[in-house]
Amino acid sequence: MRPRPPGLVGNSKDAAARSDDLASGWFHLSVVRALVVALVGPLIVGAVLLGAAVPALASQPPPTPPTPSQSPLPQPPSEQPSPEQGLPVSGTLRNADGRLLAGVQVQVFDSTGQQVASTTSNTSGRWELVVPRPGRYTFRIDPRSVPRGVNVLQGEVVRDVVPGTLPLVVFRFGEQRGGLQTTASAEAVRVLVDGIRFGLVIGITGIGLSLIFGTTGLTNFAHGELVTIGAVVAWTLNVTAGLQLIWATVLAVIVGAALGAVTDLAIWRPMRRRRAGLIAQLVISIGLALALRYLVLIYFGGRSESFADYTNQVERNYGFISITDKDLATIVISLAVLIGIALLLQRTRIGKAMRAVADNRDLAASSGINVERVVLFVWALAGALATLGGVLFGLSELGGTVQYEMGFSLLLLMFAGVILGGLGTAYGALVGCLVVGVLVQVSAQFIPVDLKYLGGLAVLIVILVIRPQGLLGSRARIG
Amino acid sequence: MIDISTLLANGVAAAVGPSTIFFALLAIGLNIQFGYAGLLNFGQIGFALVGAYGMGIAVVHFGLPLWSGVLVGVLAGVVLALLLGIPTLRLRADYLAIVTIAAAEILRLITRSTSMTNFSGGTQGLTGYGQAFRQPSPFDNGRFYNVFGVRFLGQDLWSICVGWAVVGLSLILVFLLVRSPWGRVLKAIREDEDAARALGKNVFVYKMQALVLGGVFGAIGGIIFALTTQSLTPDFYSPPQTFFAYAALIIGGAARVFGPVIGSMIFWFVLSITDNFLRQATAGSNPLISFIDNQDVGAIRFILVGVGLALLMVFRPQGIFGNRSEVLLDAR
Repeated sequence: MRPRPPGLVGNSKDAAARSDDLASGWFHLSVVRALVVALVGPLIVGAVLLGAAVPALASQPPPTPPTPSQSPLPQPPSEQPSPEQGLPVSGTLRNADGRLLAGVQVQVFDSTGQQVASTTSNTSGRWELVVPRPGRYTFRIDPRSVPRGVNVLQGEVVRDVVPGTLPLVVFRFGEQRGGLQTTASAEAVRVLVDGIRFGLVIGITGIGLSLIFGTTGLTNFAHGELVTIGAVVAWTLNVTAGLQLIWATVLAVIVGAALGAVTDLAIWRPMRRRRAGLIAQLVISIGLALALRYLVLIYFGGRSESFADYTNQVERNYGFISITDKDLATIVISLAVLIGIALLLQRTRIGKAMRAVADNRDLAASSGINVERVVLFVWALAGALATLGGVLFGLSELGGTVQYEMGFSLLLLMFAGVILGGLGTAYGALVGCLVVGVLVQVSAQFIPVDLKYLGGLAVLIVILVIRPQGLLGSRARIG
Repeated sequence: MIDISTLLANGVAAAVGPSTIFFALLAIGLNIQFGYAGLLNFGQIGFALVGAYGMGIAVVHFGLPLWSGVLVGVLAGVVLALLLGIPTLRLRADYLAIVTIAAAEILRLITRSTSMTNFSGGTQGLTGYGQAFRQPSPFDNGRFYNVFGVRFLGQDLWSICVGWAVVGLSLILVFLLVRSPWGRVLKAIREDEDAARALGKNVFVYKMQALVLGGVFGAIGGIIFALTTQSLTPDFYSPPQTFFAYAALIIGGAARVFGPVIGSMIFWFVLSITDNFLRQATAGSNPLISFIDNQDVGAIRFILVGVGLALLMVFRPQGIFGNRSEVLLDAR
């Protein structure tokens, strides 16, 4: 046997024990090619798609401001308030199309959740109210008072009110709907496409979760934090370092892959070596999730922060459907990545090794697969996918913003999708996540918007009653 | 610079205070589920929520007297346990974990939804259910009492007395239960489910009983705490609270009768002291610790708990008083 460089699968020691049916040089190439296909390729596709939107945006008269829904200059108050009188807070409500929103109720809650004030915007969309003392307050728009056809993107803002400044609270309203008439069928198509987009984003992150479970048995409760950290890294590169979002995302995906690999090397591989039980590992992942989430809170803050690019896009009409460029790009990127993953699992050697380890760890090890290396690759892949999913989730679902709890809310939907499809199966996870995404968006048509994730979580309980192994799972796995 | 006597006094006050009682009751419930039966309930805070809101809504909206409101709250805990147990208890342990955490989050989202404002109070919270609780109090509500050098407000002192009485009764109940044949079957199921089944025990029923009993303790914890605070806010019942209770349980030692209570006292003593220390050390114009912002101290608590929970699980899963061979570490 000729000497070969160490690959991701197999080393010289177990090479002898393995039936040598695949040439090692090809293997190396195939992994690299698969990685490129899976991660970089779709990003370039997305870059082209998103890039196409930039000149279109730039040519719109008049140039759109970065935040669409507020007047940049607040009117100064007539007198300087003393602390006993409380502190004034104000803002102007403006829809994305520039229309001023009157009669919308704004409520303020203090840190204990008590409502301290509320007001209604006047005919010029302006609202003003007074909070009793400095501190952290939550400002919220009452969705029932919002006029029909106006889409609230960010109806809740947490703000520190300090004396001596003029706090301005900005609520963000939805993207302008294109020239499509809202017939029932068009609305149905729009909801379906929204659901598929959301389902694909859940799927991108959920596949990593499912692969980790399949190869190691770990139910990783810290997966949501990988999503958040990925999005925050991309946000930092994009907003603080000023990198264009596509390149920021590419860099963040690399950082995410490294982070996933480091987590495995630093925590999970030693845990496996100590033969730590799965429940012990599960509790450890929860502890990590808690610590990481609040580390992100300290670094990033409790507010929703917007990406610098693609914040204000107009829907384009494609005949049967009108969609913003970033939503279209999200769908295309997700689809491309997921096809890449499927090819990776089916065609490449590392993919086959991943499936082998998931199927039977001991048998895979005894047939010469370096299980630890496969697991390391899975973690890196999961970290990269979580990061990409985090950026796409923020961009398409959270209205172009990042927040510190985004990963946790996505985690529960990931679990729902992954269990619906069958825990530990890659394709099942994809199908399950798509169903959950569509379900969430469809149910939002019938139930209040702040309960829209409910349908996705309820399906989790229903599927466990009816078919606990999931749509594509096998009964043997559920114990 | 750092006022050590205040730190210690606050620490002691926290170690016997309402939070300790609340988390002790949550952890007693978890101890039955996780410690004795090996069930992973990650939604214990959801049981506290249905207990507290069951009582609050029954009293405020249906005009029931407080004692029947308490019954409604406990019943709500039973119903939630049955709903969650039926689909998941036949499956591997982590399914229950995922479903319970999802259910707790669903309940929180529902209670804080603006569409439920007229019923649950939404984000504004619910008040006005618990005046009857303070009527039999022998203490003057507004006065400060000095107990062994620690000052308590009269109304808190009453809540603390009632709370510890409930904790004491719960411990007696758990003590008797785990020594009974029922408790031995539970431990047998934790150690080897198939062996228990081979002996003719209905594993599903025993697990369900453990889940319901633990859930009832969670609901009682929620009720006691709601009576102490006299107001309900949905965001208090967020998922990390369950993990606080787990941390308390694991510190004290799972599968030990007194483990959850001692763990909860240590947990809040340590948390209060570090919290107070950090607040003092980061406050003022020339803080002792300058790299932490005073505003971030609240978040540091969660980081400490998270890291502490992970480290405990790695290096000392049996906690202080537990027996390592009795701690469930591996799923079947």
